[in-house]
Amino acid sequence: MAAKKLSLKDKYRLLTRDLSWEPTYRDKKEIFPLEDFEGIKITDWDKWEDPFRLTMDAYWKYQAEKEKKLYAIFDAFAQNNGHLNISDARYLNAIKVFLTGISPLEYSAAQGFMQTGRQFSGQGARIACQMQAIDELRHAQTQIHAMSHFNKYFDGFNEFMHQHQRVWYLSVPKSFFDDARTAGPFEFMVAISFSFEYVLTNLLFVPFMSGAAYNGDMATVTFGFSAQSDEARHMTLGIEVIKFLLEQHEDNVPIVQKWIDKWFWRGVRMLGIVGWMMDYLLPKKVMSWKEAWEVYYEEAGGALFKDLARYGIRPPKYVEVAELEKEHISHQFAFTLYQYTHAAALHITAPTEEEMNWLSEKYPNTFDKYYRPRWEYLREQEAKGERFYNGGLPQLCQTCQIPMVFTDMNDPTQINYRDTHYDGERFHFCSDGCKDIFNDEPEKYIHAWMPAHQIFMGNCGGADLPSVVENYYNIRMGIDNMDYHGSPDEARWKEWKGLRSVEDKLKEAV
Amino acid sequence: MSKVYIALQDNDESRYIAEAIEEDNEGCTVIHQPAMIRIEREGKLVINRESVEEKMGRDWDVQELHINLVTIGGNVDESDDYFALEWNQ
Repeated sequence: MAAKKLSLKDKYRLLTRDLSWEPTYRDKKEIFPLEDFEGIKITDWDKWEDPFRLTMDAYWKYQAEKEKKLYAIFDAFAQNNGHLNISDARYLNAIKVFLTGISPLEYSAAQGFMQTGRQFSGQGARIACQMQAIDELRHAQTQIHAMSHFNKYFDGFNEFMHQHQRVWYLSVPKSFFDDARTAGPFEFMVAISFSFEYVLTNLLFVPFMSGAAYNGDMATVTFGFSAQSDEARHMTLGIEVIKFLLEQHEDNVPIVQKWIDKWFWRGVRMLGIVGWMMDYLLPKKVMSWKEAWEVYYEEAGGALFKDLARYGIRPPKYVEVAELEKEHISHQFAFTLYQYTHAAALHITAPTEEEMNWLSEKYPNTFDKYYRPRWEYLREQEAKGERFYNGGLPQLCQTCQIPMVFTDMNDPTQINYRDTHYDGERFHFCSDGCKDIFNDEPEKYIHAWMPAHQIFMGNCGGADLPSVVENYYNIRMGIDNMDYHGSPDEARWKEWKGLRSVEDKLKEAV
Repeated sequence: MSKVYIALQDNDESRYIAEAIEEDNEGCTVIHQPAMIRIEREGKLVINRESVEEKMGRDWDVQELHINLVTIGGNVDESDDYFALEWNQ
């Protein structure tokens, strides 16, 4: 007689409860030395549940099916010259930010979940971390694969990993994950699984995928969807982790709340980059940052925190500041990157008249009042042949590492400076959120590798910016950086699309 | 009461799943977005295996949902026979 097929619940129980053992000749504390020091109390690991109840056989089966679908589309995209069907070559600057800033984080997440999973004595938690580590590795690989096609035709894609480790603005996402991975295992889970995956990841992936689709980039929208189908599981792990920690012991509540506050703010700061991508880097725009924030944070996050209220958890600290920032942050980011395009691995332009009109419509309270006049001035300068590049180095926030460019949201003409003294030195911050994070663990953040400071200390390839850019960042002057107008990317695109002006053709004839 | 939601890739399989959800969840809202179908409902949303099988005309494993899933909001409860999303408020 054939054996009766196991139910989902039985299969999951056998995988996550039955393969472990109690150590007999070693103390459990020696095997899992990091489980206690954060102050989290676990009374019963058996209460850990993965509501998807995914087992390895099902995991491999469905993941293999996703990969087959994905790679069929990559092949079709490459075989049909997909790079010629995007909206405009300017679109690829968003993809360059993604490849240099975000894909390496997927790899970092894979390492983080491997390191963290090893530290849990609960078998269910170890298996959840194992599956997520494999997912994250898959995301890094598929993203690099998808974007490698563009590397054959455009500049700025060839040194992404080197640049991720070194370039000033890329230290923002890099330091976010470094911070999480150097925390304890439970903080890592609250940081990445809950605050990042559950609360904020939709802001990154969902509008980004729609944006790629609107701009004709079939390869990117497909890896985005394929990754997102894993994210739904990661988000579920995030909410289960939180409920598990809160149900295990009441002493865990204030610790978890502090981590939610910290990682919400760290995430909000990092995702400002996504706001800039959505509002300024997509030639065909889908949704403004403000709209994305309202749907994916205010509505979805609001429901989540109402659900968690029964445990004594409140919405994250400074959420009201983040809500004010939604009308400003993408513009303030865009100004900064525009000024420093000579030190960036992409081409940035001022918005066109049509784009400014879109921004006026999407930001009726702020764009015409504060930001349009600045862009108009910069466009005038550019028309005169005096495109503005900032020759100085920006002061950075010691926590998020973003230049100190954010204003007081109630007075957008005033930069928001905060500072604190520690061990005889003065440290600077962009916000109360970042200052609080530093003050809670100053010994951690005083060791941060600050890109602008390192340049001044002579550790980055030379004494002037061109030396740093060429020798240390591996950004080729005039090829990978500077304005899009006049770039080799623009020239090639126009050539392929037959967009050369009569003027250009005449020049060539002479 | 807050809304739970599920988003699926817009393709042939998801269209059957969306039809099954619509029939089994009175008052749910189906929103068609570029390349995506988003379905939301106050409080709770259930996908029943039998209803999806009826629409597709073949056997359907609840875990096949993973292939076409984009995102979800709400607490998950899954068994061999159904997949549910719910807020406990």
